[in-house]
Amino acid sequence: MDTTIEATGLVKRFGDTTALGGVDLAARTGTVLAVLGPNGAGKTTAVRVLATLIEPDGGQARVGGYDVVAQAHQVRRLIALTGQYAAVDETLTGVENLILIGRLLGQSRAAARRRADELLEQFELADAGGRATKTYSGGMRRRLDLAASLVGRPRVLYLDEPTTGLDPRARGDLWGVIRDLTGDGVTVLLTTQYMEEADQLADDLVVIDRGRVVAVGTPDQLKAQVGRQVLRVSPLSAADLPVVARVVTELSGAAPEVTPEAVSAQVSDPRLPPAVLQRLTDAQVAVAELSLRMPSLDEVFFALTGHHTADDNDDRSAA
Amino acid sequence: MTTITHPAASPPAPVLQDRVGPLDAVRHALTLAWRSLVQIRHNPMELADLSLQPLMFVALFAYVFGGAISGSPKAFLQFGLAGIITQNALFLTMNTGVALNTDITKGVFDRFRSLPIARSAPLAGRILADVVRQVWSMAILLGVGTLLGFRVQTNPVSVLAAVVLLVAVACAFSWLPVLVAMLVDEPEKVMMLGFVVVFPLTFASSAFVPVDTMPGWMQAWAAVNPATLLVDAVRGLLVGGEVAAPALGALAWAAAIGAVAAPLALRAFRRRS
Repeated sequence: MDTTIEATGLVKRFGDTTALGGVDLAARTGTVLAVLGPNGAGKTTAVRVLATLIEPDGGQARVGGYDVVAQAHQVRRLIALTGQYAAVDETLTGVENLILIGRLLGQSRAAARRRADELLEQFELADAGGRATKTYSGGMRRRLDLAASLVGRPRVLYLDEPTTGLDPRARGDLWGVIRDLTGDGVTVLLTTQYMEEADQLADDLVVIDRGRVVAVGTPDQLKAQVGRQVLRVSPLSAADLPVVARVVTELSGAAPEVTPEAVSAQVSDPRLPPAVLQRLTDAQVAVAELSLRMPSLDEVFFALTGHHTADDNDDRSAA
Repeated sequence: MTTITHPAASPPAPVLQDRVGPLDAVRHALTLAWRSLVQIRHNPMELADLSLQPLMFVALFAYVFGGAISGSPKAFLQFGLAGIITQNALFLTMNTGVALNTDITKGVFDRFRSLPIARSAPLAGRILADVVRQVWSMAILLGVGTLLGFRVQTNPVSVLAAVVLLVAVACAFSWLPVLVAMLVDEPEKVMMLGFVVVFPLTFASSAFVPVDTMPGWMQAWAAVNPATLLVDAVRGLLVGGEVAAPALGALAWAAAIGAVAAPLALRAFRRRS
């Protein structure tokens, strides 16, 4: 399979800070590459280099075979960018925002208008199209922002934390749109702080920390590497916590973490949760919650790097 | 606006142009100027800024200060309209900085810069739109001034020259608010420049009163103040008087401000992106 985005040894410094300390990454054509990392890891800087917004201090990157520095114009013909902040003109209406992009891309007035209507329809914004976007909700703005990125039918789409700040429903809707795009052969590079998002969407993952790649692989490989899912059992009555802890310890073979509300343990055997439930039912313990969740980004980080995600500043140098 | 139809970018494009042609660059600038002017339609505040504020200034200056300064509103306008027009033009340049800062902080600029359009287009579009704004509000000031008794003593060519001179100086001066826009994190902070620079600049000048009524130290400043030079030139072009010397002085100031502020602004822009 072809590689559409390929970066080797990218370095970018801002003053004394090294935002990128030699980053390699590759996205296969028509797939989603997720770049996972905490704030300050260098995700946004990497996207800005790949989107020709800033030049790297070292290393090189090619998009669709074109160099992002020497052939920036050709790269721009292939890409579209949806940043962390919905980059729409708030004083213009939804329709005007989309027509503006279409006209800049060389579409005729009629074609730009048609494309705008089409996208507004697709993103369920048809009714709001004539309203100034400052009246839009956060989710509507993000949808319009994504629609604006799709006006020119890009072959490569950069999504910089596209769902940060969205409610679960809006997030799910956006995930659906991203899946449809790759179905059409679009290559997507997505940055995220959410392990779950990466797991849902990504074909490949790159985990970066403090400007360096700390892990590469498919979501399954990475999960196998960092381990397991987390089982959390919360009894209806706190008095049953010791029983729950004993059952989980016996079945998982390791000491679980016990808080005043729940018992949590890392598990790798999928047969374990039903077994725990069975034992607790036999012991007549009423269970309020039994959940199995993906390791959080922090847990992935801890497993990969031995340290927790630092509370660094936002990695967008421009505030 | 020209309508050049390209087929929608059709995948997969085998060979892509490696740069933007000059015609396309003009088209991009015009499109972005259109965008900047459409904003006015949706933003009543800006429309008020461009139309009501100048109108109010003319009426207030003429009827409040006119009698005291010149004996009658009409007599004052004959002297002071050039000053009002100049002050208004310099104030309008703040909007350029505010709009630019908004575009940058909201990420709109990033979107433009990631599009295959001429690198000059966002700035050129903005400047084009600002020239339209400037000319629009000058027309209102001259129109209202004339209604209230102001009379051009020269000829249409001189009036046109005054407008061109004002636009040219305002364009260069606008690099100052643009520079500030690159350095601050909120658009509102650009407006501060208007109060700490444009107010003292225009009031301590020949804009509204003859400078010989001022204390000596202020006269010394007023004599070299770029606002005085610009006002004197505009006044000369509208109602007669010396033009060449103050116009050259104003243009020299404009060139100096542009030469210092423009590179600093561009450097600040590269740093913040």
